[in-house]
Amino acid sequence: MQSSHNVMVFIEHHDNRVAEISKELLSRASDLARDLGGEVEAVVLTGEEMEEIQDLGRYGCSRVYCVQDKRLANYTSVPYSKALGKVVRNYTPHVLLFGATTMGRDLAPRIASELNCGLTADCTELEIGNHKIKGKIYENILLQRRPAFGGNIIATIVSPESKPSMATVREGVMKKQELDEKLQVEVVNLESDLTDQDVLSEVLEIQKVEKKVDLKSAKIIVAAGMGAVDEKSLNMVRELAHVLGGEVGASRPVVDGGYLDKDHQVGQTGTTVRPVLYIACGISGQVQHRAGMGEAHRIIAINSDPNAPIFDCAHYGIVGDVNQVLPKMIQAYKEN
Amino acid sequence: MGLNIIVLVKQVPDTQNITQEAMKPDGTVNRDALPAIFNPEDLHALEEAIKIKETLGGMVTVITMGPPKAVEVLKESMYRGSDDVILLSDKKFAGADTLATSYALKCAVQTVGEFDLVLCGGQAIDGDTGQVGPQLSEKLNINQLTSICDIREVTESEIIGFRATEQGYEKVKSGFPALLTVSSEANEPRSPSAKKVMAYKNIQCSEQQAYDESYLDNKCARDAMIVKQWNIDSIGADPEKCGLSGSWTQVKKIENVVLAASEAKQIENSDEGISSLIKELTQEHIIG
Repeated sequence: MQSSHNVMVFIEHHDNRVAEISKELLSRASDLARDLGGEVEAVVLTGEEMEEIQDLGRYGCSRVYCVQDKRLANYTSVPYSKALGKVVRNYTPHVLLFGATTMGRDLAPRIASELNCGLTADCTELEIGNHKIKGKIYENILLQRRPAFGGNIIATIVSPESKPSMATVREGVMKKQELDEKLQVEVVNLESDLTDQDVLSEVLEIQKVEKKVDLKSAKIIVAAGMGAVDEKSLNMVRELAHVLGGEVGASRPVVDGGYLDKDHQVGQTGTTVRPVLYIACGISGQVQHRAGMGEAHRIIAINSDPNAPIFDCAHYGIVGDVNQVLPKMIQAYKEN
Repeated sequence: MGLNIIVLVKQVPDTQNITQEAMKPDGTVNRDALPAIFNPEDLHALEEAIKIKETLGGMVTVITMGPPKAVEVLKESMYRGSDDVILLSDKKFAGADTLATSYALKCAVQTVGEFDLVLCGGQAIDGDTGQVGPQLSEKLNINQLTSICDIREVTESEIIGFRATEQGYEKVKSGFPALLTVSSEANEPRSPSAKKVMAYKNIQCSEQQAYDESYLDNKCARDAMIVKQWNIDSIGADPEKCGLSGSWTQVKKIENVVLAASEAKQIENSDEGISSLIKELTQEHIIG
């Protein structure tokens, strides 16, 4: 079947509110659709009416396909993939995007398997371009960039021979932009053909856990790496974060090692942050970590190894032991 | 009675220690150049399977797809209490993306026969995609519960567990058959049993045995258990859907992340140096 030039975004929502990641995706999708000469479409699967879908136009979305069915009230894999699969087959987008969230990472692979098409996980950049292989040129396809192999390489992945090109995209890496709040969106309500036989999981309970750490909106982050996991250093990191009015971040090994909760994790598999000031304490600066904090306005790196890669993305480098440097910083700040 | 549980595990390169030499020119990974380890989350999946078997009885079968040396993760599985292990190995599987991998695994799982549960880790530390679990579950046409961080209750007919989401936790229930992906929060994997290590340390895959005759010198290896080794024909897979030819995704370009030349302003690790840094940041209203 001939596919359209449209870019379709799966809209994630919680408590009847559209998730931030979906707005980020719609914003990026408008750029991609412009390059493709197509439109941005969204798919909302829901158990109840959602007023907010009327507002999606302001992010550049032209059309929303909406399937409402009580079996879609809570996210479960089989009903969602069945309903979404049908929309995608009927409207044949060129590109199909999901957030790389728990939901997107559950749903997207199932859809890709069902539609028998390529899927690229955890993208950090998307663009439209050409791909030449074995003398054949594929024009205007989705080029998907993602860090791979522990973040040591950036791979550009294409799937030129299967449609749609599917990708999950990390939260926080695409910028949400409101084009014009007066932009209208066309809502297309679709019949659901789900039956009770499709419901294979039952959500018994949803426990909301308020995040203790809010890295995303923190202006200042003081982050601990493996060079700062002894009790004294960790306390120092906490104290500096406290006096500066910031949050405590962590590299992946620190979280994997159980020194700090997952909520603190900055980087490719954690949270992507853009604080005004990022103080990396004893963090070596693996690419995976830098992918999550490299866009901080100012970066101070403290590491006893003068060759640590973290210094390459830092604005200020202090070679020294975290245990010695942090007390001086706390002292200097208090005296200032 | 009890449950038939299939656990999918992967031998992965230890991505913490990668050198340039580990990359081949075509962008694929030269796994031989890196230390190979049991994918961390898969150990947690195995632990859940063994725990369920200890409570309800049943059978734990571990499958890995990979080169002959991946037999190491099967040994590790035997040391921890699995009942049967299968090495899925064929040159025709090489270069598979997640879709082609899940197809081969589907054929293998169906060759094992009846099952109640398929357990696997949430994602492997080399590809970091987390796609194979859900894709396999779609191909088997069964339910899936991903990001399981706590299995609360398992009976002969259903399983109740918690999924970790961005908002918190979700308590979910599913009947069988189902596929679960397990995260590292779920449990603390047991250590190998010394007794089982003695019993299984010499197991090997049949192919290894065919061209490596050194085992003949080793008295104890003579009784070595031979691991079931399946190839593309054993599982009745369509070669077109396996390996590179079954993969829609292609690597267009690999860029080694080149570190930009350092522009960091060196701050002296002294009271004066740090004090002037703090002053500078305060003056620029970065802090204060």
